[in-house]
Amino acid sequence: MKTAARAPSLGGFPAVRLAFAAAVWVALYVVKGPVFDWLVYDALGLARSTRLADAVHFFLFDTVKIVLLLVGIIFAVTVLRSFFSVERTRALLGGRREGAGNVLAAGLGVVTPFCSCSAVPAFIGFVAAGVPLGVTLSFLIASPMVNEIALVMLFGLFGWGIAALYLASGLTLAVVAGMVLGRLRLERWVEPFVFETRLGGQVLDPSRQLTWPERVQMGVEEVKSILGKIWPYLLVGIGLGAAIHGWVPQSFFLRYAGPSNPLAVPVAVLLGIPLYSNAAGILPLVEALHAKGLAMGTTLAFMMAVVALSLPEMIILRRVLKPRLIGVYVAVVGVGILATGFLFNAVL
Amino acid sequence: MTIKVLGSGCPNCQRLESNVRLALENTGMEATVEKVTDYGSILGYGVSSTPALVVDEKVVLAGRVPSPQQLESLLRGA
Repeated sequence: MKTAARAPSLGGFPAVRLAFAAAVWVALYVVKGPVFDWLVYDALGLARSTRLADAVHFFLFDTVKIVLLLVGIIFAVTVLRSFFSVERTRALLGGRREGAGNVLAAGLGVVTPFCSCSAVPAFIGFVAAGVPLGVTLSFLIASPMVNEIALVMLFGLFGWGIAALYLASGLTLAVVAGMVLGRLRLERWVEPFVFETRLGGQVLDPSRQLTWPERVQMGVEEVKSILGKIWPYLLVGIGLGAAIHGWVPQSFFLRYAGPSNPLAVPVAVLLGIPLYSNAAGILPLVEALHAKGLAMGTTLAFMMAVVALSLPEMIILRRVLKPRLIGVYVAVVGVGILATGFLFNAVL
Repeated sequence: MTIKVLGSGCPNCQRLESNVRLALENTGMEATVEKVTDYGSILGYGVSSTPALVVDEKVVLAGRVPSPQQLESLLRGA
């Protein structure tokens, strides 16, 4: 093991293989429409615009489209993220004041590779390095809330307007919630051992020791690992989406959960908290709900509640935060999501 | 050689541990493999991206799970 930091260079960049993979990807993406039209309407002989034909076509078309989008996005994002690390982010945030610190923390929360299972050491490391509590919380809120896979899939399914809206509202929410929580001086509700822990040893920055083939390899492995984990959720989500697409009447949700119904957003958020899914698994469902008239604000609020407020993450954070702080955290983020939902229902 | 796997016991930490054991088997190297799950000790090594790998009290890897083949060359060089 060489300990000397290697600067990222283009040495060994596997350009030919990547170009070939990209060409295959584009060909599959382009060809799927005509292929499934032929398969469903000609080979299977299902009549166009019957419920069954619509549902089957939606299921096949969306499965291939979403899997292709995921493969491309996860790969690109993982390679990009290999240049960032919790250690680098922490060094950038150390000693920052509230305000500018919260904005930087929320932005870095989006791009720093981070799994909820390392939330505890990351949290302790931030606090030990002198990052203010509110700034640390901005990072912890933005990290799951603005999920870059969800961002690119929103772009693929709804267009750039909705994707930009999601990015802007998620970042704003993380900044504001972190500033509010920081102002409340909640340090007394952090478990005391956190403040006694000292960072020791030589800090190893995982983002600085990689070669290009290693970064590409990480991308390939991440694609396999995420798809291997989420495919059941994905199929259930697309299956439900297909059923909704085929059988739920047009504008069904417009009647029961349209923008004029003030209960729609709170109900969507409450339903979203116990549901814990990868953002990728929830999006096919979200797409079908929106197609049947569920308002965009309600749809986004539902998705944010599913990814940002999850029970397993609360249980992990309980190791470092007292229950009252977790309660305040859920309340502040929950109110932020509600406000986002109402705002977009009113504006869009 | 003493190898420590640092992490709270999440799926990634378990994958790293089993990959390390595979790499040791393949190379025929002798080492004791320990798990460190206490957050104070993990931070004490300067690690805040788990899982991480410590070989003879030196951090050689943090925040990712390499394949057994990559671990083999890493352990040979350690």
